[in-house]
Amino acid sequence: MSAPVSVFPRLEPRLPSVSKPIQYVGGELNSTVKDWDCAPEGETVRWALMYPDAYEVGLPNQGVQILYEVLNERDWIVAERTYSVWPDMEKVMRAGDEQGSIPQFTVDAHRPVRAFDVFGLSFSTELGYTNMLNALDLAGIPLHAADRTEDDPIVLAGGHAAFNPEPIADFLDAAVLGDGEEVVLAISEVVRDWKGEGRPGGRDELLRRLAVSGNIYVPRFYDVVYAEDGTIEAVVPNRPGIPFRVRKHTLMDLDAWPYPAKPLVPLAETVHERFSVEIFRGCTRGCRFCQAGMITRPVRERSIGTIADMVENGIRKSGFEEVGLLSLSSADHTEIGEVAKGLADRYEGTNVSLSLPSTRVDAFNITLANEFSRNGRRSGLTFAPEGGSERMRRVINKMVTEEDLIRTVATAYSHGWRQVKLYFMVGLPTETDEDVLQVAELAKKVIAKGREVSGRNDIRCTVSIGGFVPKPHTPFQWAAQLDHETTDERLKKLRDTVRDDKRFGRAIGFRYHDGKPGTIEGLLSRGDRRVGRIIEAVWRDGGRFDGWSEHFSYDRWVTAAEQALDGTGVDLAWYTTREREYDEVLPWDHLDSGLDKDWLWADWEDALAAADGADIEVEDCRWTPCYDCGVCPEMGTEIQIGPTGQTLLPLSVV
Amino acid sequence: MRDQPEQQAPPVQRLRIRYAKRGRLRFTSHRDFSRAFERAVFRARVPMAYSSGFNPHPRISYAGASPTGSASEAEYLEIGLAEVVDPAALHARLAEALPDGLDVLEVVESPGGSLADRLEASHWLLDVAAPVETAAAAVTAFLDAESVPVERMTKKGLRQFDCRAAVVALAAAPREGGTRLDLVLRHVEPAVRPDDVLSGLASVGGLVLDGAPLLTRLAQGPLDRATGEVGDPLRVSE
Repeated sequence: MSAPVSVFPRLEPRLPSVSKPIQYVGGELNSTVKDWDCAPEGETVRWALMYPDAYEVGLPNQGVQILYEVLNERDWIVAERTYSVWPDMEKVMRAGDEQGSIPQFTVDAHRPVRAFDVFGLSFSTELGYTNMLNALDLAGIPLHAADRTEDDPIVLAGGHAAFNPEPIADFLDAAVLGDGEEVVLAISEVVRDWKGEGRPGGRDELLRRLAVSGNIYVPRFYDVVYAEDGTIEAVVPNRPGIPFRVRKHTLMDLDAWPYPAKPLVPLAETVHERFSVEIFRGCTRGCRFCQAGMITRPVRERSIGTIADMVENGIRKSGFEEVGLLSLSSADHTEIGEVAKGLADRYEGTNVSLSLPSTRVDAFNITLANEFSRNGRRSGLTFAPEGGSERMRRVINKMVTEEDLIRTVATAYSHGWRQVKLYFMVGLPTETDEDVLQVAELAKKVIAKGREVSGRNDIRCTVSIGGFVPKPHTPFQWAAQLDHETTDERLKKLRDTVRDDKRFGRAIGFRYHDGKPGTIEGLLSRGDRRVGRIIEAVWRDGGRFDGWSEHFSYDRWVTAAEQALDGTGVDLAWYTTREREYDEVLPWDHLDSGLDKDWLWADWEDALAAADGADIEVEDCRWTPCYDCGVCPEMGTEIQIGPTGQTLLPLSVV
Repeated sequence: MRDQPEQQAPPVQRLRIRYAKRGRLRFTSHRDFSRAFERAVFRARVPMAYSSGFNPHPRISYAGASPTGSASEAEYLEIGLAEVVDPAALHARLAEALPDGLDVLEVVESPGGSLADRLEASHWLLDVAAPVETAAAAVTAFLDAESVPVERMTKKGLRQFDCRAAVVALAAAPREGGTRLDLVLRHVEPAVRPDDVLSGLASVGGLVLDGAPLLTRLAQGPLDRATGEVGDPLRVSE
């Protein structure tokens, strides 16, 4: 196949008419453009990687950057990136020129997405589904996998949302669960061999080869049968050799995979203007609402030496002076104190600043925060008790006591911080108005304590609240989601309680969103294949960028759901506000995250017992004996943590 | 009480830099460029002088940046350094640290004074699709006019201003696929940009443009009032 022509000459004269044209031109520092036929011998395998949101959100995404780099390191693979285009650009592309419409393109070499072998999309959130449909349509790739031909790429989904890809099953050729680093290479090899053999058996055979590996889910090879009551009766393979369950991937030894090593540096402004190092993957704290913590087990740490090398390499190659140490709960790294002190020592007297997102209240250590603010910059402190009342925190297994929180913020305020941010969720299982109003009490106590220890009156506290959305592969996968009306009512009561308080009201900021987008996220999170019709209808009606409040339309989703589900016996409420039973076949049961379903159910029962006052706490298996969640034996993995006992030496001056 | 941040020492050396915005990176906005440049000086380990304050930032002053979407061979900025460096060595390091298309062309020591004050006029090439006869006629009409009022949407709303007085020279020559307009434009307040001149050509000369013209700034600097030529702002020739 000859190299496809770049669409850039067609785009260029139109770029001055669209907003922020720089996002479409590529050419970022550390980006890669390779020959279309780069393989020294044999077949070249070509990937178009998409983060299905705007460039400013998609470019910093670690997952896409890592895969882009891992793939391009192979001399026989080409990987390029593509992002969702804004509506003004979409209009320009659809209007096109004398050659017709301008197709969805990669920003690297501006090649049409349809010309690639694999079109891989990374879904951090379900609200990107309509953007996927739009990209497929702009690319000229048939929306439905069943309609695609050998001229179309394999459309592949990954990312956390891919742990239940059923709502987009009709649009996908395949989905991958878990860590992508190794499996993208395995997929590439299957594609290379198949192409090298002259594409025997066509597209179907390629997908069969991927599916029989047991690690790649090909929805078309599974039939879903529904029962009378609308629930799923069974999901079964429809041809021989296809595994009953598809397993997730787990990357072991993160030190062997120190990516991103060539961080992309955008010219356009993006949402994260920093270099991030993932200090560990996975979390076993056991917060029941947290899908990320459940599906990324076990914990695998990067060692202090690798972290430090990645920081130094990353800032030198990117020029970013801000470094984030990422993970699901960063203060839990076994050597976080040494990492913080070592890095702060190394970069003392420079403008390099370090930040630690995702800190638990109980793990917070004021030494850490002081190390990170040594150069005088004090970023805000954020804590996430998640539940307003002690009872709710027991239900979600996030055991932060009120005393813990007050003690922590007291230390922070007495060390010079003036503002803390607190994260909570509304709509958790068994929650009442009273639980939510406790958020106000907590915030007031935080301010009172802050005034007391600092002796000042300009103490502030910002309360941010998100609506809880039950997610697959968590103990709350059976829970009823709170309807958006009640969600909004509770938020209003809480807001009024805070506002009416004469002593503290003005010191407390209140940030929240209405509950409607959460309902749609809930539909897409726990939906089955019937939900695909809704997504398609919404997209056809103009739905795009559902993660952006200015583009999201709840009414459009409701109307589409009513029409698309007509005659199925199920509706929007059935997918969202309905509690599931033990026996129900869940749409994602054939997708194996390693978690034992009976353990999840027992944990759900524990949550309900805790709600009634039982004293049950699931501790972290890093420090206490294994509690049999099932992941390690099922996946053949193990916890990989320090301490290594190493300390960082000062860097020699170059 | 929070401690006052320490005062930073003043720069020991000031360097003036000429750079180009080429190819697809002409779509870099001024804000985009300044972020990219700050990262580049850090990557190149340029010993920048920093401003004082809670959020010290590197001492970089930009002058006369071209509009987003236009290419340029003549963009200028000045940096303040905490250590004396060899301009040629710094040139090489910066070139390495910036993406292709944002290209450093020249680095010289500042003789002092204001760089912005030395940028009095710009020399532009405007590639348009119109046939040269039409364009030449519009140019003649434009130059014959006493004043050419045009409108542009600015941050303060729709503004009307004259674009004729700022034009020092304007000529049309044929090029493949259309016309190349050669324009010398004085820097005035309110600013008159090359696309304002194109609007003027449309209004007085009936020059209708099909598609987006490619604008390229060739030079920016002191204006020789006798010859109408744009000089080099980095050469001291008072």
